[in-house]
Amino acid sequence: MAGDDDILGTSARGARGRRGRTAAEGSVVASGPQSGAMLEVQDLRVRFQTDDGLVRAVDGVSFALDRGQTLGIVGESGSGKSVTSLAIMGLHRGGSTTIDGRIWLSGEELVGANPARVRELRGAKMAMIFQDPLSSLHPYFKVGDQIVEAYRIHHPKDSKRQARQRAIDMLGRVGIPQPAVRLDDYPHQFSGGMRQRVMIAMALVNDPELLIADEPTTALDVTVQAQILDLISSLQAEFGSAVIIITHDLGVVAELSDDILVMYAGRAAEYGPAVGVFNRPEHPYTWGLMASMPRMDRELTTRLVPIPGTPPSLIRVPPGCPFHPRCRYSGLVGERCKTEVPVLHEATAGHASACHLTAAQKAREWSELSAGNVRDEVRETVPQGEVEA
Amino acid sequence: MTSFIIRRLFAAVLLLILVSMVIFAIFFLLPKLGGQTNYGLATQYVGRNPTREAVLQMEDQLGLNKPVYQQYWDYLRAIVAGGYFGTGSNRVYCPPPCFGYSFKNQQPVWPQMVSDIPVTLSLAIGASVLWLVGGVTIGVISALKRGTIIDRLSMTIALFGVSLPIFFTGLIALELFSYRWPIFPNVQFVPFTENPYLWAKNLVLPWLVLAFLYAALYARLTRAGMLETMSEDYIRTARAKGLSERTVIFKHGLRSALTPILTIFGLDIGLLLGGAIITEYTFSLHGLGLFTIEAVQNQDFPEIMGVTMLATFFVIIANLVVDILYAVLDPRVRY
Repeated sequence: MAGDDDILGTSARGARGRRGRTAAEGSVVASGPQSGAMLEVQDLRVRFQTDDGLVRAVDGVSFALDRGQTLGIVGESGSGKSVTSLAIMGLHRGGSTTIDGRIWLSGEELVGANPARVRELRGAKMAMIFQDPLSSLHPYFKVGDQIVEAYRIHHPKDSKRQARQRAIDMLGRVGIPQPAVRLDDYPHQFSGGMRQRVMIAMALVNDPELLIADEPTTALDVTVQAQILDLISSLQAEFGSAVIIITHDLGVVAELSDDILVMYAGRAAEYGPAVGVFNRPEHPYTWGLMASMPRMDRELTTRLVPIPGTPPSLIRVPPGCPFHPRCRYSGLVGERCKTEVPVLHEATAGHASACHLTAAQKAREWSELSAGNVRDEVRETVPQGEVEA
Repeated sequence: MTSFIIRRLFAAVLLLILVSMVIFAIFFLLPKLGGQTNYGLATQYVGRNPTREAVLQMEDQLGLNKPVYQQYWDYLRAIVAGGYFGTGSNRVYCPPPCFGYSFKNQQPVWPQMVSDIPVTLSLAIGASVLWLVGGVTIGVISALKRGTIIDRLSMTIALFGVSLPIFFTGLIALELFSYRWPIFPNVQFVPFTENPYLWAKNLVLPWLVLAFLYAALYARLTRAGMLETMSEDYIRTARAKGLSERTVIFKHGLRSALTPILTIFGLDIGLLLGGAIITEYTFSLHGLGLFTIEAVQNQDFPEIMGVTMLATFFVIIANLVVDILYAVLDPRVRY
């Protein structure tokens, strides 16, 4: 299937090439990486067949990332953010899954590549840490052996002693005290935060160009979360890797990310530099994420505004804008939201969103919302996630 | 680890003592609590149409007139040090380890049981090796080829294996391979020390029949365990490292999938060592299973007690070994 094979004919075009390129619509089918970035994802589509129907887990997402940079992918559960990362790693379920689009890692095409080659890259050039560090480490093997295994598979010529020394070195660098001793402990002998440090040490042991962190702090105590994020950030500076942080928590990506990709129903809702996305968010979904997040710089009386409704089924994505059944502002646009898929377009250089609101409407609504005024008349037109025109 | 083993050993010994109390109580305390007199109790140890003298003599030999705790103590002591039953001219000696004295056969229970142990041991160990290797292999293949013809076929065969009783498969096997095509004629036990070739050859049919039942069970268990394990997060981590699928399956997957199977294996092998009753009966192998049947048919209470104790011993020992092995495999249970 070609990358632009789009049955609904409605998917949003991914934002691409923030670095000096416009989101030209014609260049979807490209023959090589466009930006020269270390990682480039172009019009990625991941679908899998289930008994209930075809799941469009990722439906046309594009982004680019360079070494030393951090991309935050934000979205609710089922927005396709984890599937995107698994597709990059080649860890998606085989058989029933189809992947279209392009993924280039250092110029090497990953989609449709020889699985053996992808396996060579996995762990060596791209590595991943997961949400729950306890279940992600094998309970029966010493943490040292697990790190040594990760190292030796990609350094077969190195001796066991060298690998062990490397593991000790890595454990020390992720801040585990007495690494030479703790090397011989089992995962259950570590605390949650320490386990995630072990996972990070294991992921970085081969000095990968790309580190994907899939909700790395969700399973951890709040006090430990900041430590882990700091660690990822400082190790990134040290190793110079590109980092993708996947999270549902805008607070997590706020400090770390250079770019932010907001995903909804398998598509990009908003994509741009972190500063832009935080200061002038353009998509009502991003507004919803921000307004539902407690903030220290607001008055305590400021209401938290939840996003009504639940994320849509990825088997039956709503027609038009996938967010319209939950959008407080679709009343301002009208029927278009239900029929026409908004295209991801740049309002300012490099900052793109997929929404039918006009620039003036966006500016006005966001300034109202950020001042703490939820437009009641807008809310009333959207009871319980149902749009009544 | 050492303290773990010591604790488990201690618990095993305690459990054995507890079980011996229960067994003893069933045969000597409960009947009395149910209103049975010493005379009535002793009657059951003598043959049919007992004379009054014979019963009184039995009362004396069994020590029924002593306090119950004294009887239990004598019973325990005899296991370790041997002992005498009765007084004066009635006195019979039972050398250690004395698991009771069969008055109906006029000989101690232990030597009779001992001669049957090699049969049951050969049967159980041979079959268990077969079913472990066969069942686990089929289970792993089924799990990895889930939904394919291979998976469905082997799971259907496994369903047959679980459902068909041993006396059925056993008789079919005998009819086909012992009589119609006499590949394994004249199935009878030959001690390993006497002729290893004949020992193995004559046991092939019982091994296969017994292993078929268990292999089917283990294939299904292994398949389920493997499917569950392969969807664990740490399997995804192993793949994310760039390990080959072979390493992921056999090093990271199988190890976790097999550990719970080990526990069930401990129970099964322990139970079988107490006598594979139906298999032994079908193939006329005189092991502990047939010994048990005969003891029950003859209502020979001391023999029943003895074989029950022995079976309990096997179950407890097998579980002890499995617990220790489990701790070796799974570091989380060591502490």
